Amino acid sequence: MFTPSDWSAIGLTLKLATLTTLILLVLGTPLAWHLARTRAWWKAPLSAIVALPIVLPPTVIGFYLLVALGPKGVIGQWMLSLGLDTLPFTFSGLVVASVFYSLPFVVQPIQNAFESLDQRLLEAASTLRAHPLDVFFSVALPLARSGLLTATILGFAHTIGEFGVVLMIGGNIPDKTRVVSVQIYDHVEAMEYAQAHQLAALMLVFSFTILFMMYLINSRSHFMQKS
Amino acid sequence: MKSFQFAITLLLAATIAQPIYADQVQIAVASNFSKPLEEIAVKFKTETGHEAKISAGATGKLYAQIEHGAPFEIFISADSKTPKKLVDAQLALAESQFTYAVGKLALWSSQENRVDQNGEILKNADKFTHLAIANPKTAPYGAAAIEVLEKLGLLKTLEPKFVQGENITQTFDFVSTGNAELGFVAVSQIEKDKVLTNGGSVWFVPTDLYKPISQDAVLLNKGKDNKAAQALLDYLKTPDAQAIITSYGYALPQAEKTP
Amino acid sequence: MNNLHTRFHLTLKTFSLALDLHLPATGISAIFGVSGCGKTTFLRCIAGLEKAAQGYCAIGNTVWQDSSRHLFLSAHQREVGYVFQESCLFPHLSVKQNLHYGLRRSSKHPNANVLAPIIELLGIEHLLDRMPAKLSGGEKQRVAIARALAVIPRVLLMDEPLAALDLARRQEILPYLARLPHELQIPIVYVTHSPQEVTQLADYLVVLEAGQLKAAGRLEETLTNLESPLAVSRQASSIIQAHVSGHEAHYHLTLASFSGGVLSLPYQQQRTVGTPLRLRIYARDVSLSLQKPQQTSILNILHATIAGMIHDGEGRTMVRLRLGDSALLAHISYKSACELGLQVGMAVFAQIKATAIL
Repeated sequence: MFTPSDWSAIGLTLKLATLTTLILLVLGTPLAWHLARTRAWWKAPLSAIVALPIVLPPTVIGFYLLVALGPKGVIGQWMLSLGLDTLPFTFSGLVVASVFYSLPFVVQPIQNAFESLDQRLLEAASTLRAHPLDVFFSVALPLARSGLLTATILGFAHTIGEFGVVLMIGGNIPDKTRVVSVQIYDHVEAMEYAQAHQLAALMLVFSFTILFMMYLINSRSHFMQKS
Repeated sequence: MKSFQFAITLLLAATIAQPIYADQVQIAVASNFSKPLEEIAVKFKTETGHEAKISAGATGKLYAQIEHGAPFEIFISADSKTPKKLVDAQLALAESQFTYAVGKLALWSSQENRVDQNGEILKNADKFTHLAIANPKTAPYGAAAIEVLEKLGLLKTLEPKFVQGENITQTFDFVSTGNAELGFVAVSQIEKDKVLTNGGSVWFVPTDLYKPISQDAVLLNKGKDNKAAQALLDYLKTPDAQAIITSYGYALPQAEKTP
Repeated sequence: MNNLHTRFHLTLKTFSLALDLHLPATGISAIFGVSGCGKTTFLRCIAGLEKAAQGYCAIGNTVWQDSSRHLFLSAHQREVGYVFQESCLFPHLSVKQNLHYGLRRSSKHPNANVLAPIIELLGIEHLLDRMPAKLSGGEKQRVAIARALAVIPRVLLMDEPLAALDLARRQEILPYLARLPHELQIPIVYVTHSPQEVTQLADYLVVLEAGQLKAAGRLEETLTNLESPLAVSRQASSIIQAHVSGHEAHYHLTLASFSGGVLSLPYQQQRTVGTPLRLRIYARDVSLSLQKPQQTSILNILHATIAGMIHDGEGRTMVRLRLGDSALLAHISYKSACELGLQVGMAVFAQIKATAIL
């Protein structure tokens, strides 16, 4: 049903989404914790930066990432000075771009979960001799689990669905940066509608399934807490 | 009483009389030709009094908009395929389609002295890691680039170095930001009045290495009865307009008329 | 020694908290005041949950805060047990895990033996495997107290632990609270706005008003302090610490002695001689007479001296009496006070209509 290049795109997409989601959970959780708790002046600007990918057109993000990560850009030059290759047109480049692009979809659900935590539970933990890091791992994280689940699924799904940024940063290289969304677009533009439909259907079913699961699990856990 | 009559007359002149002297024409233009068209529109207005309202966009998107009833009267495409599709769909007038410009392909690098004047660098694949081209499935300039490489017998060796831009603009971005050391772009993107506007080094690919990249314009059904629309299409063929077109790095169609 | 010394200065939204307090090393010290008087803030300052810019807080020889030395220990570094108004059990942990949470973190060698007496004291044995969501309000609060005790604190801080409970649940939990000071050799600081809880539980009373100290001292003294808002309310009452001194079985009476004399109480067969009793006498149940009343049905008539008086301007007078070491309030009409010519220092007879054993 799928061509070898379709399979390659599917595999690449899953790899990209998994890696991106893992990195985002590791980076996004402390960031969300900080944003949820800080009253410092930088909370508003930092929140705005995190939310930027929601409003910016993907091609704009892609273009600026291309500039920044390229050999003439600040980050690109820094990487070159370290003896590293620049990121555009590489799988690592896609991961970096996806991390930035999917950041709000991971940070915001976790931040919301942290913000809706009962502050007194955290205080109770500290009166029970738990130091702040301990409170975070033993109380905050377990209680924010539905937010973490939402973040994981949204981050994963959003990375799978992203198109404009990967196209710009990836350069559409088979087996390296050509993910499913790009492959579908290529099929459509080349009027290979049958193949496009198959891939699109796969993506649709997949996305529906994980979103459905997310809502199912979340409504269950709500029910559990109420009963 | 007299002044009242005078006011009425003025009002009538403003609302009814005006279109007789100067019409408006709504134009959809492929982004890469929007700048030359604006320049042409200024001259067009001073000479005919007609005003051109210009909407720029990607050829494919404009096609979709026209298909869904967008109020454009003229379509100036970046290829010849899309106007043909509009004619086939009976959204445009077949006899009005003509080639207003021919795109020229260049191998360009944003670095000085990177690309030699004969394109010899393509034969030294170890001198670069990325070669940017537009998606050959969708972009005429990409297809032309493939044709060139095929003729040079380099397609197989260079294919692994391809990075594909979705369109010719993205391909230009890959090269201008330095992420790709070189790439096949449109001459119109890098040259104005025979000067390289973005610097760098270039090989102007000889036109015998690829089929002409014809860019066609066509009168849409909505502009059928608008004199200004026909006037603009005619104006595109005048030496004045053609001078502007060539100054932007396009070639002109061969003397024999396109069907 | 576990006596608490606290001195806090802290500016809040509507007022500033300024307190310098010594609290006894054992027993329940009630911090009483209306909502928003700063009593919870005071408790949070002791726990280290709130940082008073200027403050000093020490228990025994251990200093937790001394702003003059820039010393401030965070909550998790202080040996406190804290009971919140709404129990604040961790919803993702079972009762047992909640108890172990603090235990594991407070000692290097967590020992289940520590928990056994606490579990027994609060009667929560049968709840250990349940999740907090499956507990009643009263059960939750008992578990919360047990959890706070499991860290072997040097002071137990309780922030209105009964306020979120209905009357029946309060009655269920009060006996557990009343037992605490007898079982624990640590001070208990108990914040409340309920005069009922104060009279039932407190040994020491601190009255706060708008962040300022109104009165502080032994419960019996402070409760009858005419300066304090408690003593001038319609529910004003006095507490007398007495002990059973004998029974008159044929009259169905029990005798309770204190420094001011002997009181007859409804028969308390099960209480042996020597048992301590906490008696509450409402001010409205005490009347005064200049001569010893003869031929009256009232049993409890005691010698007293007037220690103070305050008129409310609405026809009522609150009289503070001294009976031995104890103090007693009598709420009488202003007219009676005038006709009897009551004066501070006068000797009178107090007739007590009703006494409640708490």
